[in-house]
Amino acid sequence: MDSQAIDQILQKYDYGHSSIIAILQDLQEKENYLPEKDLDYVSERLSMPLTRIYRIATFYNAFSLTPRGKYLVNVCLGTACHVRGAARVLDRIKMYLGIDVGEMTKDKLFSLETVNCLGSCALGPIVVIGNEYHGQMTPAKVESTIKKYRKRSSRKKDEKD
Amino acid sequence: MRRINNPQELEKIREEILTRRDPNKPCITICSGTGCHAYGCEKVAEAFRAEIRKRGLEESMDIRTTGCHGFCERGPVVVINPEKIFYQRVTPEDAGEIISETLLKNSTIDRLLYTHPQTGEKIVREDDVPFYQGQMRVIFGNNGKIDPTKIEDYIAIGGYSALAKVLTEFSPEEVIDTIKRSALRGRGGGGFPAGVKWESCRNARGDKHYVICNADEGDPGAYMDRSLLEGNPHSVLEGMIIGAYAIGSDEGYIYVRNEYPLAVRNVGIAIDQLRDCGLLGENILGTGLDFEIKVNRGGGAFVCGESTALMASLEGQAGEPRAKHIHTVESGLWDKPTNLNNVETWANVPLIISRGVKWYTSIGTETSKGTKIFSLVGKVNNTGLVEVPMGITIREIVHDIGGGIPGNGELKAVQTGGPSGGCIPESLIDIPVDFDKLTEVGSMMGSGGMIVMDDRTCMVDIAKYFLNFLKDESCGKCTTCRDGTRRMYEIVDGITRGEGRAGDIELLEELSWVVSEASLCALGQTAPNPVLSTIRYFRDEYEAHIKDKRCPAGVCKALITYLIDQEKCTACGRCKRVCPSEAITGEKKVPHKIDPEKCIRCGACIAECKFDAIEVV
Repeated sequence: MDSQAIDQILQKYDYGHSSIIAILQDLQEKENYLPEKDLDYVSERLSMPLTRIYRIATFYNAFSLTPRGKYLVNVCLGTACHVRGAARVLDRIKMYLGIDVGEMTKDKLFSLETVNCLGSCALGPIVVIGNEYHGQMTPAKVESTIKKYRKRSSRKKDEKD
Repeated sequence: MRRINNPQELEKIREEILTRRDPNKPCITICSGTGCHAYGCEKVAEAFRAEIRKRGLEESMDIRTTGCHGFCERGPVVVINPEKIFYQRVTPEDAGEIISETLLKNSTIDRLLYTHPQTGEKIVREDDVPFYQGQMRVIFGNNGKIDPTKIEDYIAIGGYSALAKVLTEFSPEEVIDTIKRSALRGRGGGGFPAGVKWESCRNARGDKHYVICNADEGDPGAYMDRSLLEGNPHSVLEGMIIGAYAIGSDEGYIYVRNEYPLAVRNVGIAIDQLRDCGLLGENILGTGLDFEIKVNRGGGAFVCGESTALMASLEGQAGEPRAKHIHTVESGLWDKPTNLNNVETWANVPLIISRGVKWYTSIGTETSKGTKIFSLVGKVNNTGLVEVPMGITIREIVHDIGGGIPGNGELKAVQTGGPSGGCIPESLIDIPVDFDKLTEVGSMMGSGGMIVMDDRTCMVDIAKYFLNFLKDESCGKCTTCRDGTRRMYEIVDGITRGEGRAGDIELLEELSWVVSEASLCALGQTAPNPVLSTIRYFRDEYEAHIKDKRCPAGVCKALITYLIDQEKCTACGRCKRVCPSEAITGEKKVPHKIDPEKCIRCGACIAECKFDAIEVV
């Protein structure tokens, strides 16, 4: 991200050290993850040691220091989803995408993450892909659900070409 | 809305809003909680709007997108007022028919009505649905009446009258006395008397006092705070402003999970509205009260639900708890006296002020007053949010309101209190639900998650689930919590993989004692609860795993085999097609077989089989 855009975020929070979590959240919203050079810049502008920024960035689950795929596949592992078989859904997704939690597929299309609860327990097990909720997931539905996104992405690419 | 300069003007505005509104004018309310959003309620609302526009009916009916109605299982939910006709699982295609039939011809559409599961009778009115009948929705019920993004809606149902009453008739001490006499206990988990906390904070020395709303609802399976904040943010804000007046604070914070975007948005809108009309900021209602509220989004760390960790996070630090021998009411946020309450606790405050202590204390048990909102989830027919008087039994909640267990499953246990709580076995479901009773049986109230488990739920697996959660969420400050939960996880994981040894249970009990005694905060102190309560009530299941290498519930992968019942199998081939590991073989018209070597026990075949032919042994 260019330094001007980062400064805009910093200004929004008055360059306040206590707002570092919010600053990183806004940064990540724009970049999908926290790039090293952006953190360097934040550190410099806030006169805040880089170690402290990294401490925050690694303490809180919401932050990612590595790039994430175009679609974030987020599997809810809340208790309600768990008793309805979320672990088996997650296993099937791992197997189908060939990646573990926290990793990105080689084509940079999908990243796999888990969340502790999305509070949509009536629909459990839930998988969120991008911003779309897929409720009552089963291992059998995994392949067809993810394929839709693959198709959508290649269609968009075709349109561009 | 224009600025409200004094309590009289607030009343005048309320009258104006009410005279503008015809209570008999038909109004289509569409639930827009996160649950219904996931079902696609936005498209339903859009379809209604388009239909109304198309037919030019804008003048003769209103449409309102409201907060969560609670019955998430049957979403998207649409209620037609004033008759309160309850339609469930509504699709955009139904919008036209609902307008022509119900709103224009006064007839109901059978297909969209709720069917009583026992009698098969179609139920027309929302209040008559068994899910709502057993509830007492004094806090949560307003969600369905208002659009959370419109302050006028909240004022129309009496909103901010409690604040006006307090500012004109009560001294701060009288407010504290009222809350103390109401015996309101904190809804966040600990159950500490709110009035006592307020008093200590007010009396604490310091030039600055803070109030905080803890909306970092981290317990998996619990989402009542989110639904309140999304569906009726003003009720929480009104409680906070009253609290600020009582405590003598001019600055408040709401710490809300970033995983709840709709709650963040709606509470932000509500705060802006309050500032615009002078109910927040300087000289509130012309009474000289100054108070400001800021919203902070959490970073997705469970431990930040703990008060001192939350305050560290607000300061821009890593969310690590600190020792509590110095109370946060004396030295909390930035070392100033700080009063922290949970979302639901704050939402109780205006209710106590407006309806009085006598009314409030008439609800509940000897030691727990008022109502509690539970999120009833898991293996239960009617998943959703239920508000019940304290003292109701688990049986009433699960069977009467929740409609029992789906399929032909049997109730095995109910888990309450999140990762700090425990599992209550079926044999104890007649105990009254209150703070003390739940603690007595080895669980706790927690924030209100109630996860129903049936005979296909393995209790050792549940213990493993919570340990896995806790070892990941431990902030790492205390060795006992950081390494203790990890070690306990390894032991329980071994048990579920068939590597359990004699003495494992005793070792778990010993570790539990160390972790709970030597950890600093509640996360570590209560971490062993899920293990201890499952050992206490389901020891035989642990022993089956350890001694017989068997998982009675058929959950633990290493201890089960999938088999196809040759009698039931019709050789339809569906299971074969979905099997990701090509473990299923069989020709046409010949019952299929599963190769246990290739089978990864993913369960895809079970979900796909229409004939119930796949067995887990």
